[in-house]
Amino acid sequence: MAAHATYSYDVLIIGAGGAGLRAAIEAAGAGVSVGLICKSLLGKAHTVMAEGGIAAAMAHNDDRDSWKVHFADTMRGGQYVNNWRMAEIHAKEAPDRVRELEAWGAVFDRTPDGRINQRNFGGHRYPRLAHVGDRTGLELIRTLQDHTIYLGVTVHMEYTVIDLILDGGRAAGVLAYDRERARFHVFTAKAIVLATGGVGRAYKVTSNSWEGTGDGHALAYRAGAELIDMEFIQFHPTGMVWPPSVKGILVTEGVRGEGGVLRNSEGRRFMFDDIPDNYKPQTASDPEEGWRYTQGDKSARRPPELLTRDHVSRCINREVKAGRGSPHGGVFLDIAWIKEKISDAEGHIKRKLPSMYHQFKELADLDITREAMEVGPTTHYIMGGIRVNADSQESTIPGLFAAGECAAGINGANRLGGNSLSDLIVFGKRAGEYAAEFAKKNRVTRLDDGAVDRAMKKSLEPFDRGAAGENPYKVQYDLQDTMQALVGIVRTESEMQEALLKIAGFNERAAKVGIDGHREYNAGWHTCIDLRNLLDVSEAIARCAIERRESRGGHFREDYPDKKDEFATVNFGTKRQADGTMTTYRIPLPPIPPELKLIIEEQKQ
Amino acid sequence: MKATFQIWRSEPGGAGALESYTTEISEGMVVLDAVHKIQAEQSPDLACRWNCKAGKCGSCSAEINGQPKLMCMTRLNSLDLTQPVTVEPMRAFPIIKDLVTDVSWNFRVKKGLKKFKPRAVRPEEHGTWRMAQRDVDRVQEFRKCIECFLCQDVCHVLRDHGKHEEFIGPRFLLYSAQLEMHPLDTDDRLADLKHKNNIGYCNITKCCTKVCPEHIHITDNAIIPLKERVVDRYYDPVTKLLRMITG
Repeated sequence: MAAHATYSYDVLIIGAGGAGLRAAIEAAGAGVSVGLICKSLLGKAHTVMAEGGIAAAMAHNDDRDSWKVHFADTMRGGQYVNNWRMAEIHAKEAPDRVRELEAWGAVFDRTPDGRINQRNFGGHRYPRLAHVGDRTGLELIRTLQDHTIYLGVTVHMEYTVIDLILDGGRAAGVLAYDRERARFHVFTAKAIVLATGGVGRAYKVTSNSWEGTGDGHALAYRAGAELIDMEFIQFHPTGMVWPPSVKGILVTEGVRGEGGVLRNSEGRRFMFDDIPDNYKPQTASDPEEGWRYTQGDKSARRPPELLTRDHVSRCINREVKAGRGSPHGGVFLDIAWIKEKISDAEGHIKRKLPSMYHQFKELADLDITREAMEVGPTTHYIMGGIRVNADSQESTIPGLFAAGECAAGINGANRLGGNSLSDLIVFGKRAGEYAAEFAKKNRVTRLDDGAVDRAMKKSLEPFDRGAAGENPYKVQYDLQDTMQALVGIVRTESEMQEALLKIAGFNERAAKVGIDGHREYNAGWHTCIDLRNLLDVSEAIARCAIERRESRGGHFREDYPDKKDEFATVNFGTKRQADGTMTTYRIPLPPIPPELKLIIEEQKQ
Repeated sequence: MKATFQIWRSEPGGAGALESYTTEISEGMVVLDAVHKIQAEQSPDLACRWNCKAGKCGSCSAEINGQPKLMCMTRLNSLDLTQPVTVEPMRAFPIIKDLVTDVSWNFRVKKGLKKFKPRAVRPEEHGTWRMAQRDVDRVQEFRKCIECFLCQDVCHVLRDHGKHEEFIGPRFLLYSAQLEMHPLDTDDRLADLKHKNNIGYCNITKCCTKVCPEHIHITDNAIIPLKERVVDRYYDPVTKLLRMITG
């Protein structure tokens, strides 16, 4: 079987969201040839959905902010199982990465003195998020896209990678197909950057687009790379819950940042009822103080609605379970109430949260300037991913780099809002830089024709089985139901063991999926290919979640509801063994240098 | 409740036709949900392009009952379901398969336009550019564009006259306006707009503005001001005279 075309690049980047584009810019700037593969059209990646902002300690709105505070906030949010070096690099470099965006044409909201305006967000001590209304992700991706197109980067749009191929233990290339014609394309590269985003599609209720099928995680895993922290998934507290067809779509934390409050069916602001001890000193003691905080009063402390996402999600879950939820199984998020506080609240809300206004108006027939929204937790982000070197973003496979959501380390057990966009540009840049350096130092790779041929044949098997095979959509739905029900926000050992058994069954069914029709733009076939990736990441999530017998950050165990010292100093790794089975093991955290430890202690006050 | 959809089906290179599908619908569904349902239950090889399903990425552009819209933002209860709902691809672009069109022309056009070129930071700005919010409001409106290309789809210069080689269409007039009105930009795109991009072809029928899912005032706020700038430079008699004298 012959591929339709072959390509050779110094650096091949898989994924064209914020991290992939930023990597492409850096690699192209280093003078190497760059190929960029994206599953969708350029500029449509999931980054476009990010709303709130980019966290960077520029101290425009509060001069008490600095990289040190940002570092400490990130570590606290991650419950101290973060890779400290990544958190340090991230906090130090984010401001420069944001300024760079402005130099490339991004137009952020302004402060009264004309600088980039920064807003409050959950878990960030000071206003830190550079933003553009509630469409910061669009601004980020468009800026990077419009900069990249002039740099000589070759973009392969609507291509999907099927397999990653090694050459003597080193990343060597990939096999991909194009959606338009389903032709096979073989890419060789001296260095490869994975920037494929998240895994949200493993769950039924998710804020992720169809692309979030864990491709990079699974490609790296199957090639033998280590994944870490796969048990840590962030359930964003505020997704839409109604109508059913939009369930899971994100409602930005910016709503709460602008003064939006959470209420249960009794009208009670239940977030005041449960404030974790380590956040008490920073949390408002009453609604009035919370309101002043959202309006920029530096002497006020933040309202409990802006506690970390894992905590807010569990509180909402508890209210719903206790029968104090909203009619469609969520709770109420109310921004309309601010009309009691400011004149022209309607105009203010529309100006500050235009796309939220738009989203509810068009999808739910609801005017957020007048009525409360109904919201509930939605699968939003995976902290876990490919284990990388903090400085270079190189994975445990030489020549294979990873950046953005598919890489792990910076976020630990839980990610703070706004740290994702900054992660993309800080580590996207580093991945591009080090991948280019690697490409310059190393020889051209060779792909084993046999391996490519086998991968092509295997990927076409669903057509041989035809409609008589398993329906790939059905297997995917069943997997999503299982992950949602058994490896979701609240977890227990027995349920997760059950999930593992079910996943084994889904794997058997996935080996028998069949599809009808022509190869061109055949969504059923694409689902067959994505399914393998979803199954691999789901198994990794369940296995690591079983091993971490405690509750920490995004990982909550009903059978072990407290944090345990035993787990405070380890990450869980997972890897494919020679016989194809998955193994899970502990990796001790590297000790934090004393000067950084001191920063953390200082910021605890 | 059931509804019937007539969806455009065509194979690459082949002629196409509308095919009828009836499916069960429920409250709150949008057209994209119905297409997905049909795809999952009746026709797995039905091709449609989509991503975010929240009106933010601009991938699922189509013509619904003849109206250019995003499938993900068109609620079924806004349509007359006693009649079959037609769903067709955008007609100003070549069709790849079913509802998917080849929009690559748009990406090529953008590459041919002059990029953003900022001025240096001034000493009095203390290390970072200063811009007032009121000076960036207009540019921010333009930057809301999600590149769904529905404006290109309805522009008669492209759709009816096929002037894709001479005219850049509303999306890229908007893009040019955003750069021209950017407080930091130092480049000049008026000559290109007049001679290369043929802004004069636009006769401000505002079809683009009407279909914009982001409600950007494409014609009034972007295209007309650009046309005025072009007119000021090239057709103002006083300037013309001055140019003749000064060379």
